Amino acid sequence: MGERIATRDAYGDALLELGKKRKEVVVLDADLSGSTKTAKFAKVFPERFYNIGISEQDLIGTASGLSLTGKLPFASTFAVFETGRAWEQIRQTISYSSLNVKLVATHSGITVAEDGASHQAIEDIALMRVLPNMTVIVPADGIETKQVIEAIADFYGPVYVRLGRSKVPVVMPDDYKFTIGKAYKFHIGKDANIIAAGIMVSVSLDAMEMLKKEGIDAGVINMPTVKPLDNDAVVEAAKASGLIVTAEEHSVIGGLGGAVCEFLAENYPVPIKRIGIKDTFGCSGPSDELMKLYELTADDIVRTVKQGLKR
Amino acid sequence: MSQVSASNDIAFLREQAKTVRIEILKMLAEAGSGHTGGSLSAADVATVLYFSKMRHNPKDPAWKERDRFILSKGHAAPLLYTVLALSGYFDRSLLNTLRKIGSPLQGHPCSKLLPGVEISTGSLGQGLSIANGIAMGLKMDGINSRVYCILGDGETQEGQVWEAAMTAAHYRLDNVCAIIDNNGLQIDGHCCDVMALEPIAEKWDAFGWHVIDIDGHDIKAILGAFDEAEGIKGKPTMIVARTVKGKGVSFFEGKVQYHGMAPTSEELERALKELE
Ligand SMILES: Cc1ncc(C[n+]2csc(CCOP(=O)(O)OP(=O)(O)O)c2C)c(N)n1
Ligand SMILES: [Mg+2]
Repeated sequence: MGERIATRDAYGDALLELGKKRKEVVVLDADLSGSTKTAKFAKVFPERFYNIGISEQDLIGTASGLSLTGKLPFASTFAVFETGRAWEQIRQTISYSSLNVKLVATHSGITVAEDGASHQAIEDIALMRVLPNMTVIVPADGIETKQVIEAIADFYGPVYVRLGRSKVPVVMPDDYKFTIGKAYKFHIGKDANIIAAGIMVSVSLDAMEMLKKEGIDAGVINMPTVKPLDNDAVVEAAKASGLIVTAEEHSVIGGLGGAVCEFLAENYPVPIKRIGIKDTFGCSGPSDELMKLYELTADDIVRTVKQGLKR
Repeated sequence: MSQVSASNDIAFLREQAKTVRIEILKMLAEAGSGHTGGSLSAADVATVLYFSKMRHNPKDPAWKERDRFILSKGHAAPLLYTVLALSGYFDRSLLNTLRKIGSPLQGHPCSKLLPGVEISTGSLGQGLSIANGIAMGLKMDGINSRVYCILGDGETQEGQVWEAAMTAAHYRLDNVCAIIDNNGLQIDGHCCDVMALEPIAEKWDAFGWHVIDIDGHDIKAILGAFDEAEGIKGKPTMIVARTVKGKGVSFFEGKVQYHGMAPTSEELERALKELE
């Protein structure tokens, strides 16, 4: 613990390792290879790297074509452009035909920081989750990102992986083994359980410690696979405590919070509070200040849990 | 008519472009992040537009008969903010708030927060379509205003740019005048290495545009090109402005790494010495 790694950096390293092991891996980018860290792969395997230029729709179509020849394409750019600009190409070609294309996007959420709202994807999970055949994964840290990249290479089908720009604390144990569709239970609480993804996992763990000091037993569940959701883990958490809180660096609409609400409302209704971006755009500023402004800090989680418990 | 003193005085415009560059560098250094290279490369073109060519009124940003300006390459926001401030749309001191929490000067232009910004941009490839729509609306209303739109050269790799290219020619939008800031660089390197663009002029010509090829740092040539464009009937005009990324600061010029890097305080000091 104490170590901080950006998930995009872990991606760059994992992709290079994967490229060494599997020669069917090809990587595509759209003029952001330095930022998405695919440049690491490009440097070692230039013959398996395609820079498509600033043309995200073409990026997705080209990756699709490569997958039709048996290649294993990883297509990367910023999350807002990958899922936004090229959404219909992803829908019509990759999702509809269930192609084996890995969409790994970086610079998700408000921690993109100073570039502002135009570059901060706060709706990408929703956009990808709504697509049939699509698997959606939001790694919590560098360790999990490495695991995810290996796991999705072994899995046949379209996958969206959401990564971040900023350094985040390492929270997963060294011997952690990621499985698609499986949550990781740090602790199951008796008073409340926080279901989190991405950078909000470490924030939730901080909140858990703070709540403990106040005598509140809150659990934390890391839910890296937002689709398919680990239903069993969600029910277990709901049964163990009377309150579920979801936490994500994404709109409260359509993301992890939305997925948990949809599932529990139909299967095991309990009170739920969603922490996320409240149906508004982000803005420019340092990422830690933005986390405060958009109420995504441990204090905000503590307050929300207490509100939910009416304490 | 314009409340900004429009000038065809080349010496004045040259001096003004220098002031624009100085303000850009200062605000970027203060912000600590942002896009230096592409703000400097388009500085001369934007200076000529705001201080000579365009009819606009900073006291009435919504004036119906104003000429419109769309910064399709929205990452050059510091340039737009500077010409707006120097024109009098807002106080110059606001430039120090670039990219800070609560500032109307977002990392990329936001029309909802800042009067004078016609439309929010930042996601590349979308500005020319918007310019076309404005040009159509102006024609429908019988308003003679012109619509100017600056695109990056790398930006023209976006398919939508070419969809818009067809629309403007098809609807004979001769009130559209686009400018490509042809600095030869994008983020991952030289455009010719990332995704080749040449021959640029011939492409726009083939799409039915009137094309003018100029040195994008030659004030006289920029003025001449805008005048020529105004006289063209039945076709949109594309000015291919050959520029240098980072223009005006020797150690930023032609350097790909200064696309998205702000000057340090030490670099600012050296840069100001060169410019002053
Ligand atoms: C749709 C979209 N894709 C990617 C980006 C990220 N991006 C910002 S600037 C840039 C390079 C732009 O190059 P160019 O158009 O040549 O601009 P200039 O050289 O004038 O800075 C890229 C890829 C973006 N802003 N929008
Ligand atoms: Mg360029």
